[in-house]
Amino acid sequence: MNNLNPLMPLKVQPKKGLAKSLVRMLVTSLVIIGSWQALVIGLEMPTFILPSPFEVFFKLIDRHQVLLKHSWVTAQEILLGLLLGLTMGLVFAFQMLLCKPIKRWVLPILIASQAIPVFAIAPVLMLWLGYGIASKIVMAALIIFFPITTCCYDGLRNTPRGYLDLANTMGATKWQLLRYVQLPAALPALASGIRVAVVIAPIGAIAGEWVGSSEGLGYLMLQANARMMIDEMFAALFILSILSIALYFAADKLLKKLIPWEV
Amino acid sequence: MFTSIPGVISQKSAVSIGITGGNLHYHNCLEATIAGLDMYIPAGLWTCILGRSGCGKSSLLRQLANLLGNAAQWTGEVTIQPPGDSKHQFAYMAQQDLLMPWLSALDNVLLSTQFGSLQRPTKKTPLQLDKAHSLLKKVGLGSKYNSLPGQLSGGMRQRVALARTLMQERPVVLMDEPFSALDAVTRYRLQNLSCQLLQDKTVVLITHDPQEAIRLANQLYIMQGRPAFAELLATPASGTPRNFNAEGAQLQQTIMDRLEQDYE
Repeated sequence: MNNLNPLMPLKVQPKKGLAKSLVRMLVTSLVIIGSWQALVIGLEMPTFILPSPFEVFFKLIDRHQVLLKHSWVTAQEILLGLLLGLTMGLVFAFQMLLCKPIKRWVLPILIASQAIPVFAIAPVLMLWLGYGIASKIVMAALIIFFPITTCCYDGLRNTPRGYLDLANTMGATKWQLLRYVQLPAALPALASGIRVAVVIAPIGAIAGEWVGSSEGLGYLMLQANARMMIDEMFAALFILSILSIALYFAADKLLKKLIPWEV
Repeated sequence: MFTSIPGVISQKSAVSIGITGGNLHYHNCLEATIAGLDMYIPAGLWTCILGRSGCGKSSLLRQLANLLGNAAQWTGEVTIQPPGDSKHQFAYMAQQDLLMPWLSALDNVLLSTQFGSLQRPTKKTPLQLDKAHSLLKKVGLGSKYNSLPGQLSGGMRQRVALARTLMQERPVVLMDEPFSALDAVTRYRLQNLSCQLLQDKTVVLITHDPQEAIRLANQLYIMQGRPAFAELLATPASGTPRNFNAEGAQLQQTIMDRLEQDYE
């Protein structure tokens, strides 16, 4: 009976899987860089339309200090925005679950608010919160707020009925039910909300920077574009992609570790 | 094989339940689900309730466990002997094992210790831990205490659920087809194990499997009709769990004939 355990073979895999996925990633990047270079040479692209990958690479090294400084600003905006949006989302989800009147009033407003494109209110945010980091944090938080709230709320609401029945026959109070059953049961749903949030939070931060800022990767890209320093723009874009991808994988890894029962 | 002798109550705390004139009406249904139900569930014995799916046997069990809430209207007298707070009489086992996937087998067994209106210490007492460990050993999973439910087979999971039920120390165990999702041999073994471990409890077992009822019932009710009522059926006098024999086969045929009427 002991070897019926379906998870055992899976547990041995990761090491092999990691090496394989690294190789896959390397091959994919090489193919992309190769075709990029081929495109530049084949179509005789001028540098101010499409710089070659090598030019971008040299720019990355040349201007690493400037790039790092602006990356740090954007990273802060994304992370703090995530934190703020997550907190707001969780608070709203719990409010709606615990207090039915709040839910009846707040849910329609919440859904209606999604009809307003977040980008459209960016200028207002700049006006109220200034050109600094605060307006971008709020921007990123606003863009992730909805998916976090809905995922968390749905997760809390859709606890399998059997779990609730069982806990009720065991004499659980409302708070114990929430703490020991509903909340952990909602974690996988919340995790998918967080995965979505991590992907879209950078959009909020960058859009905020485009509308008005004095630092950050979005700002750097606009400046470089205006000065026809397309290789620098690409360098900033490259760092931004790496930042987003790293953030996603870190979040994914962390969630898998914290919620090992997730399917 | 361990057998219990009918009529012998091994613990004074065993509880009997009498139901007279039970009516159950779901608010979102035109017709009553159960009407004129009379039933006596003797202390310390297994009472099996057979019926086709949807006949209201689960509803009856949920009503006893106080799980229906405002969804349905119940009239009828339920007498529990000796009288006590009905909140602390019933343990519940469902078709799904209902193990919390985020808790280890041991913590699942300990689940009930976290609930209740009494001031609970956040740390589990050594006494509770010892008891949970010994219960896991009793169901043959002593070494699996640290496994998550996802790492256990269906039979193992239902055995953890059995240990969790025993941990609650409730005098009445309400079982809603707890073995129906298992393969034949696992089901057979789990029936024997439950019979052995729950011998001093009052057990109400809902099932749609006549064989299971014949193996385990000290007393057998058939629920049928629309709205449903219950009828007592004669059971073999031998101790449970019974082996398959001619008498059982005959009873199974009788039950099948009776149940078939309900499908027309």
